[in-house]
This record gives sequence, C-alpha cells and structure tokens, in this order.
Amino acid sequence: MRGKLLGWIGTALLAQSAALSAMANELNLYTTREPKLVEPLLESFRNETGIEVNTIFLKDGLPERLEQEGAASPADVLMTVDIGNLVDLVDRGLTRPVESEALTAAIPENLRDKDGNWFALSLRARALYAAEGLDLTSFEYEDLADPEWKGRVCIRSGQHPYNVALTAAYVTHHGVDATRRWLEGVKANLARKPGGGDRDVARDIMGGICDIGVANTYYVGLMRSGAGGPEQREWASAIRLILPTFENGGTQVNVSGAAVAKHAPNRAEAIRLLEFLVSDEAQKIYAEANFEYPVKPGIPVSPLVGEFGALTVDPTDLTAIARERATASKLAEEVGFDN
Amino acid sequence: MPGSGAGWQLAAMLIAAGALLPVVVLAGFAAQGSIGLWPHLLRNVLANALGQTAILLAGVGVIVAVIGTVTAWLIAGFDFPGRRILGWALALPLAVPTYIVAYAYLDILHPVGPVQSLLRDLLGYSSPREFRLPDIRSVWGCVLLLGFVLYPYVYLPVRALFATQAANLLEASRTLGAGPARVFWRVVLPLARPAIAVGMALALMEALNDIGAAEFLGVRTLTVSVYATWINRGDLPGAAQIAIVMLLIVVSLVLVERRARRGQRYAGGAHRLLPLSRTRLRGASAVFAALVCALPVLVGFAAPAAYLAHQAWRRVVHAGIPPRIWVEAGQTAALALVATLVAVGLGLVISAAPRLRPSPATRAAARISTLGYAVPGTILAIGLLPVITFADRQISGVLGWFMTNAPQLLLLGSGAALIHAYVTRFLAIGTGGIEAGMTRIPLSFDHAARSMGQSPTGVFRRIHLPLTRASMAAAGLLIFVDCVKELPATLLLRPLNVETLATHLYGEAARGTYEDGSIAALLIVVIGMLPVALLSRGIRA
Repeated sequence: MRGKLLGWIGTALLAQSAALSAMANELNLYTTREPKLVEPLLESFRNETGIEVNTIFLKDGLPERLEQEGAASPADVLMTVDIGNLVDLVDRGLTRPVESEALTAAIPENLRDKDGNWFALSLRARALYAAEGLDLTSFEYEDLADPEWKGRVCIRSGQHPYNVALTAAYVTHHGVDATRRWLEGVKANLARKPGGGDRDVARDIMGGICDIGVANTYYVGLMRSGAGGPEQREWASAIRLILPTFENGGTQVNVSGAAVAKHAPNRAEAIRLLEFLVSDEAQKIYAEANFEYPVKPGIPVSPLVGEFGALTVDPTDLTAIARERATASKLAEEVGFDN
Repeated sequence: MPGSGAGWQLAAMLIAAGALLPVVVLAGFAAQGSIGLWPHLLRNVLANALGQTAILLAGVGVIVAVIGTVTAWLIAGFDFPGRRILGWALALPLAVPTYIVAYAYLDILHPVGPVQSLLRDLLGYSSPREFRLPDIRSVWGCVLLLGFVLYPYVYLPVRALFATQAANLLEASRTLGAGPARVFWRVVLPLARPAIAVGMALALMEALNDIGAAEFLGVRTLTVSVYATWINRGDLPGAAQIAIVMLLIVVSLVLVERRARRGQRYAGGAHRLLPLSRTRLRGASAVFAALVCALPVLVGFAAPAAYLAHQAWRRVVHAGIPPRIWVEAGQTAALALVATLVAVGLGLVISAAPRLRPSPATRAAARISTLGYAVPGTILAIGLLPVITFADRQISGVLGWFMTNAPQLLLLGSGAALIHAYVTRFLAIGTGGIEAGMTRIPLSFDHAARSMGQSPTGVFRRIHLPLTRASMAAAGLLIFVDCVKELPATLLLRPLNVETLATHLYGEAARGTYEDGSIAALLIVVIGMLPVALLSRGIRA
C-alpha cells in the first residue's frame, strides 16, 4: 500500500518536471482581462507563431500572487487594465524592462513607460450615456454635479477602479477640494445608490430610473453588436453615447496594457506576444471584437465606435492620474459617495 | 487503559495550526501597517459600514432563524400534502450562490424585467417612466435575498435535531397534555437553540463575508471597505487590520453565544431513539402549512433557478454551448470532491479529539479550526499565499537533492493550494456538523468501551465512526456545495489553465456579459442540487 503510494507520487513528480522541461515554445500569461477578451488575440498569436499560451485569469491579488511566487513564478506576460494597476506592478518591482523597436514604433510615447516596463495596448473612454430623447450634444464632466441633473444620474460604485480613475483625473485638473465638492454634487444628483456595472446604466436609463449616467465606451459597442442577444440592442437603443470632456481638456481615457514579468522563464516568447499585440492584426481585434480604441495610430475603430464621434484624449499624463488614485478612493469615502 | 490519546491531541493541534496560519499571516500584514488609516475610517466609513453591517446581520439572522425553525418544525412534527417533497426542497436554496441570486432578482424585478413589465401591462401604463416599483438595490433588498437563500443552514440542523433526539421529549410533553403552541414555545424552541445557533452562525458569516450580492445591490458593509482599502489604495496592511477587527467581532459573538448556552446539555440517554410521530393537519391548516413551506423554496430556489434556466436556454439557442464548459464542470466537481473528503476527515479528527483526550488543547483546537469561515474569502487566500509558497520553496529544496530541475511551486501549481484554501475555509462546517453528531453519542458509550480495554483509537473506530456516519455525510455534502460555489479563493489560487464554473461565470460578470455566464450559473446550481437533495433526504423525519 505504502509502496504503491510512493510510486504514484514519484510518477506524478516526474510527469510534472517533464511538463516543465518541455516548456519551450510556450508562455504563461497572468491576466486580469477577462478570458473572452484575450482569447481571440491568443488564438491568432498561436496560429501565427505556434507558441502555446497557458493562461490564468486573476482579478484582485495578481501582484500579491506574483510577489509570493517570487523567482519561482512561471508568469511571463502580465496583462491588466487601468493605468494604476500597471504602475503598481512596476512600483513593486514585478516587471523587467523591454527594449523593442516594434513596440516603441507602434505605441505613442505617452502610452508606454519611458523605461519600457509597461505598454498600453488599447484605450477606452469614460463616457456619458444619455436617454435617447434628451436634447444633449456635448457634456463636460464638471456638469455631472450641476443641480439641473438632480435625481437623474446613474453610476456604479465610487470605489470601482473606473470611477476612481475618473475622480483621480478630476483631482489632477481641479485639485482635491474642488473634487470633493464635485463628488458631493454628483452624489446629490444620483437617482439610485451607486452599484452594479456599467451596462446597468443603459438598462436603468431604459427603465426610467435615470436620464444620464457614466460608463465606458466599449459596452455600447458590445450591446449594439447584438452579441449579448436582442434585448441588449434595446437597452443600447434607449441611450445615446456622448464623449464628455473636462472644461479645459479632453475625454478621460484609461488603458489596458501589458508588461513582461521580472522572472519570466520564457522572456523571448513574452516579448514576441507583446509585439504581436501591437501588430495591425491584433490591434484590429481590439477595435472590432472588443470595441476599444487601438493604441496604434492608423488602425480604424469599429464603425459602431466611430458613431460616437472623434475622441479628443485628455492631455493629462496617465501616471499622474495613477498617483491620485488613493486620494480619489478616500475622497469617495469622505463624501459617502456609495452610502 | 491502553493509550492516552496523545496522538489525537497532536493531530488536532496540527490541524488547528494549519487553519490558524493564514490568520497569523494576516495579523502580520496588519502589524506592518501604521494605524494612520483609522482616523479616516472613524470619520468617514465606520459609522455607515457598521450600521449597514448590523442591519444586514440582524435582518438575515432573524429571517434565517424564523424560516429555518418554523419550516423544520412543520416538516418534522406535522403531516400535510406536499410534505415529503417540501421536506427536501427546503434545502435547495443552498445550491444557489448569493451572487447568482442577487443577479437573478435584479433582472427579474428590474423596471424593464418580466415582473414589472407584466404589472404595467395589467395596469395600462406604457413606460416605466410612468410607473415603477421601488428599487431592490438597498440593504433591505439584500437582507431579504440573503435571508431566503441562507435559511437552510438553520433548517437542516434543526430538522435533524427534531428527527432524532427531540422525539422523546416532544412525545413526553404531548402526553402530558401540552398543546401545539405550548409545545413549540416551551419545548421545541429551547431544544432547538443549539442547532439554531450553529446554523445562524454559519449563515451570518456567509452574509458578513459576502461581496458579490453586496456589490450588485449597492450595500456598503465592512467587507466592502476591506476591498476598497486594499484594491484602490494599495493598502494591504490597512485592509488586514479591518479584517482582523471583523474577525475579533465574530469570535466574540460566537463566544458570547456559547457562554450563554453553557451548562445546557442535550445528549439523551443510551436508549433507542424513537421517530417522532407526526400530527396530521387537515383543511385550511394543512394548506397554510404547505404554503409556509413552499414560499421559501419558491423565493430562494425555484424563481431564480427557473430564471437561470430560461436565460441559459436562450443563450444556448443564440450562441450554442461553450465547448469548454463540461471540462470546467468536471474540474469544479473534482476540486470540490477532494476538498470535501479532506475537510470531513480533518473535521472528524478535530471533533473526536476532545472526547478521546479531554484537554484545553484539544478543545481550543476545535474552536480555532473554524476561524477560516469568519474571514472574507479573498483575504483568507491572501493570508494563505505566503504559507503555501513557503512550503513550496521547502519542497523544491528537498526535491533538489534528488533531481536536477526540481519542480517549483508544486502546491500552487497542482491545485493543492486551492484544496488547502477550501479546507481552511469550510472546515468550520465539517467540525460544526460532526460535533453536533458527536454530542448525540452519550459519553457513557466511550467510558464503557474504554473500560473494556479499547484504546482511544479503538473507541473512535468502533463507536464514533459508525455513529457519526450520518452527520459526516451531511457535513460533507454541505462542504461540497460550498466548494462548488466558492469564488474568491478559487480565483486567486488556482493553477494555470484551470477554470471552474464560478471563475468562468465571474469572467463574464466582470465584463458585464452576464448572459454569457448563465449556462455556467445554471450548472453551478444543478451540480449543487444533487448533494443538497441527498442531504435533505438523508434526514429521515
């Protein structure tokens, strides 16, 4: 009995080490981007290079897991959304810089780390969803606090990273005190408690709970494409998407991006994946399947996204916004935004 | 007498240490931070978060206690049409995770959902802008929903109690001429109190650590503050501090309840336990009893499950069945099964040890082993990570003597880490359930066996093991269902390329495409239903 067990364990260990030594032509991806969003990209990467990609989809705790795995970590590529998360990975020393002609040529300078630690791969904008009947063609984020909208605004939790980034951007524009007053004003205008997801904003507008709301651009593309079924087309047809701007600036955007892990066992393959992700082919997938804005100049957006009009990206440095995240999160608690 | 039971004590202490380690790590994280977070929390967060948490716990506590006890008493003590089916169906809400219930009801009750659309048609309104019901996205909505899915934690142990040891006392009080109401208040309730307390504690800890439903419904509990502190402000020490404070509150509540119950012992004598004879109800009272028992099943299970089935069906028609879902279902069940076997085994050791070797150490071990249930899942997983990676480094070091290329991160990479997390989290259910079974074995059995020359291990094998088989099975089924539903620890600790149904569903929910997750959601419920039905049928009343 005991001998049998030992034999079994031995076989399992051998199998495991065999699997590890056969790791050539493979790479391991840790992603906080949802599986459905990265699968089409990985599929065409596989077809093009023959490199197998093992993935794990994580959410909160990706940096903690990497930190604890340390030098033994199998992670090669780290993919995440939100500039704050990318900066966080660098600050914790979990990345290793990459020098690549292909990457620097494809990605504008303000959308990648100057030391080559992280690279943005796609953009999304924090937009305004407005009820179809409203006479509204332009909007400024500052207006969200205007008493005109009292009881008419829907938004998800003030602690959600998308809203924390918006608030942080507000801080970089107007300072802490003005941002606190703005958050108080927005809170006073809410039609319901903050919560749910971005798509609930569209549904709640259709349900008559609110007239305007704040949500990301790509959800409208998703809903209008009909991929989620006919009823979501209805939700999306109840709203119009407006790209708001800051008073003296542009539309607040956030990024999805990637980095190569510090202890990547397959560094060459990892860099190949990053380079693939800024190829025309991959950037088109970002645009057409995910309804995001490609980072590579010259790649057209999806026609559904084109309908929103031209995107004027706010010029504020993304890393400056990332630095105000903690302040923004605290402010949301100070004004009791979610209470 | 042979044997001192020292081995049992050692085993129990080792298991308790395994469950305590992540909490110790968390305390370590907490100690690394400054207390600078607390003025901000006191000023801006605590009043509201404590208030919402208190409403949530009090509300859910009352609902689960009332529904659980009343339905258990009706099923165990009376006969009415539909009793047999309702008897097992009452446990079914256990198969539905709270985050799925919240999502389903948000859809069902939304102004553009089926219920309100029908109402508008009936009342002649054309748009939700003219007429709509109040929003369920509130702490009260959350209380109701959680109460109606968590009550089986009370229903099951209370019903099991009525079915076995209660029978003698109930028969006696009836024979002595007490009416049904008097029997309920004077005998049933006091008798059921330990079981109600155990069930309520489990339900309340689930409610306290819930993050999915709270997020859907916009409720700001302390758990939500833990996440905001950790994720948005990168302040893990601060988050650990809040989690530890919450843990202390939970532990003191449990201790207060135990103290209040001290000295009450319900283990019956060594005579044969009689089944309770049921009073037959007729006419209006029979219909009423059936309705009372049907309502929780309808709200907590039938409505959300039917809704999921409908959504899943539409999804299958629209986009087909996702090819990997069966693999994911298999992985979900396999992980849950292994974790269940381990947790039941350890739970058995932990609950037998204080009988075989009565000592402060074994009694403390039994209490400590339940701590994992009182910590939010992700936070527990974060506490486990350093424990597991430390063990992994030791293992690699040892293997390195025997082989070049020794595998790294064997525990984390093989899923063993996940099993450890499940076991730590759900050991409380195993220990609680099996302990309840143990207390029903009169101590005189142990003494008799010992005096006849049995060693502690002999007593365990010949007395405890056979006599707790039913409660082991019950605890195992509960743990299995909880593992199938578990999300946060699974998300953080699973190996590469492993997806469970819950993580699949989360991947869809996180990008807002709930409808794509409906098939996975339905499968979670279906996989959970089978053991729940078995569990409920196992308690013959």
